[in-house]
Amino acid sequence: MTRGRLVWANLMRHKWRTLLTTASVAVAMFLFATLRSFGTTLDALSQWGSANRMVVRHATAIVFPLQMSYAQRLAAVEGVAGVSWANWFGGWYQDPKVFFANFAVDGPSFLALYPEIVVPEEQKQEWLRDRASAVVGVDLMEKYGWRVGQNVVLNGTIFPGEWQFTIRATYTSATRAFDERSFMFHYAYLDERTNHQAQPGWFYLRIANGDDAPRIAATVDGMFKNSNSPTKTMTEQAFQASWMGMFGNVRTLMNAIGLAVVFAILLVTGNAMMMSARERTREVGTLKAIGFGDRTVGLIELAEAGAVVLTGTLLGVGGATLLWKNIRVAAIEQFIPGFQVATNTIWISAAIALTLTLVSGLVPALRASRMSVVTALRTVE
Amino acid sequence: MKIPLIYNLRSVMQRPASTAMTAVSIGLVVGVFVAMLALATGFRAALAKTGSPDNVIVLRQGANDELSSGITRETARIIASFPHIAAGDDGLPLVSPEIYVLLNPDRKTGGIGNVVARGVNDRAFGVRKGVRIVAGRKFNSGASEVIIGRRIAERFVNMDVGDSLEFGGRRWAVVGHFASDGSGFESEVWGENEQFMPVFRGQVYQSVIFRLAPGATLDEVKRVMETDPRIQVSVRDEQDFYTSQSGILSTTLRIMAVFISGIMSIGAIFGAVNTMYAAVSSRSPEIAVMLTLGFKPRSVLASFLTEAAVIALIGGVLGCLFALPINGLATSTTNWQSFSEVGFAFRVTPALLLYGLMFSVVMGLVGGFFPAWRAARQPVVQALRA
Repeated sequence: MTRGRLVWANLMRHKWRTLLTTASVAVAMFLFATLRSFGTTLDALSQWGSANRMVVRHATAIVFPLQMSYAQRLAAVEGVAGVSWANWFGGWYQDPKVFFANFAVDGPSFLALYPEIVVPEEQKQEWLRDRASAVVGVDLMEKYGWRVGQNVVLNGTIFPGEWQFTIRATYTSATRAFDERSFMFHYAYLDERTNHQAQPGWFYLRIANGDDAPRIAATVDGMFKNSNSPTKTMTEQAFQASWMGMFGNVRTLMNAIGLAVVFAILLVTGNAMMMSARERTREVGTLKAIGFGDRTVGLIELAEAGAVVLTGTLLGVGGATLLWKNIRVAAIEQFIPGFQVATNTIWISAAIALTLTLVSGLVPALRASRMSVVTALRTVE
Repeated sequence: MKIPLIYNLRSVMQRPASTAMTAVSIGLVVGVFVAMLALATGFRAALAKTGSPDNVIVLRQGANDELSSGITRETARIIASFPHIAAGDDGLPLVSPEIYVLLNPDRKTGGIGNVVARGVNDRAFGVRKGVRIVAGRKFNSGASEVIIGRRIAERFVNMDVGDSLEFGGRRWAVVGHFASDGSGFESEVWGENEQFMPVFRGQVYQSVIFRLAPGATLDEVKRVMETDPRIQVSVRDEQDFYTSQSGILSTTLRIMAVFISGIMSIGAIFGAVNTMYAAVSSRSPEIAVMLTLGFKPRSVLASFLTEAAVIALIGGVLGCLFALPINGLATSTTNWQSFSEVGFAFRVTPALLLYGLMFSVVMGLVGGFFPAWRAARQPVVQALRA
């Protein structure tokens, strides 16, 4: 108890310094956890995808369309339990610079393939009934203040012109990896308005058994190899993962900055601890003179560093975890949906806190425990 | 107002460990700040250099990018007949109708990228002045051959000279690598437009690029072409066009630079506050002597602020030194505006270094203010007794 109170008294000697040091550790650990989360969230996203779904795209690039006639041939492949198709629309609402995902899907088969996308039953029927209607993610609804039943006009880029849709339904997503910011409408409507010129951008397959994926991919790609639109078929997970490469060196960059942050904070804390210890040199002498052991005196110094660093880390990492769990920043969600702090980031932060404590507290602790009573008492600050 | 500068400069050296720690932590902040701005600057520079102010790009009316544009052969022929187009050495107009598509080649590190494939004619090498072959040779007309920009050649599989790429249902021999002064073209695959046209989107180009004839102005060309009833096009300065495509990402990078280094700077400022408080409290007798000697409190304030600024400036210089080695470092990212891969190099410019130094001094002044204030305000008698 006495030792604990000694540590407390030391911390309270310069309240401002303790507060500032703790706060800077907190800020740094917040930043570290946040920066690291870019990488971990990207990893989590590339893990996303059901083992029972596959995506068929054009072999050259996703911007090239496939043929509608493929649907029947895909459905006939052994092991394929469901087929759906979609096309990227790429329209904008009000401001051409503001991007959100909007695409045409084949309603009934799409919803059947994606049980994760939850649409209230009544709205679902409404949407399926109305050809020129859309189903919109709840996030996007909120962003524009849209209501169900409202008409909105998208300006087409790939399919020029003004396209009016009635919002008939909203959806929520049962998985954080599928965002709630998409705008989906009927493929049949796209086809109708373009004089039946629409072609599917990609197909979704549901497969009965996930282990069949490699065989099905080979069968499908072989089937269309010599056609005008050869295909590339992969599991949904591989499809998802393939996009993550597009972020380039984001991960390396963020981790490098995170490292710089941690190192900077090490210097700040170390500096504060050394200062605090130097001021108390004479007290160390007094403590030793009245019978405290070398080890105890050293541990008191270390405990002081530990208290500051651990409190700061708890605040910083805890804050980051809670913040990103509850708040979605549109600018981040747009590129990295489901941005949050991973569990292993918390463990790594704990390890960093321990290292920080040892490195910043060890020098003062050793100095205090090795110092002789006489030298300590004689010191003039 | 007299400031005992020498005194402060010597005091900086009095506590080398503490000074060094504070300076290095400020340096790290400045380093990150400069490095992130260098990233934004490099990206922007690559796209700005992609165009030339002498060139004009013609897209379909209303198209904001090449991907969603379409120009028929007929339209391209009409454009080529305008008198505002500069002539090459051979007397023929410098005009290149181009195909623009995105490929998804495999990265060496796994995953795919969105890489621009541009179909050009032989005139393109005259229109785009900076383009030169650095390995191998140009593609031959009529052959299934492509050349690869040097920035992507090492990032994707099958892109070395002598390899072959498979796309559009055909096999394309890689016959050369090209450079173009660090511009965005270095992240593209170039082949002949007449070869790309049938395998991609049918009988349509995406854009027409031409060199302005001496004496012709963009405004005039814009007026003439956009009002010509035979064609529906929009006409833009090539450089403006590509620079505008860097807008969103470079702004995002800048905001991130300010945001991240802003948060980091809080820690570094705390460090400076700690150091300066310790400096002030351990030197209170000296300060009292200064005040007794007749230095005004504001001189003392100024002198301690100077001390803080000097420590911070040392940090700033360190930070610039940390950041300098990344100058020229190649990296790549996806430009979300054009949805394509852009390779570029970090660019540490003198202006960025200056910003970094200014940032460090600001951190020093903010961190040093309260300690300096306390130094200037302390009661002389008490301080002398301490």
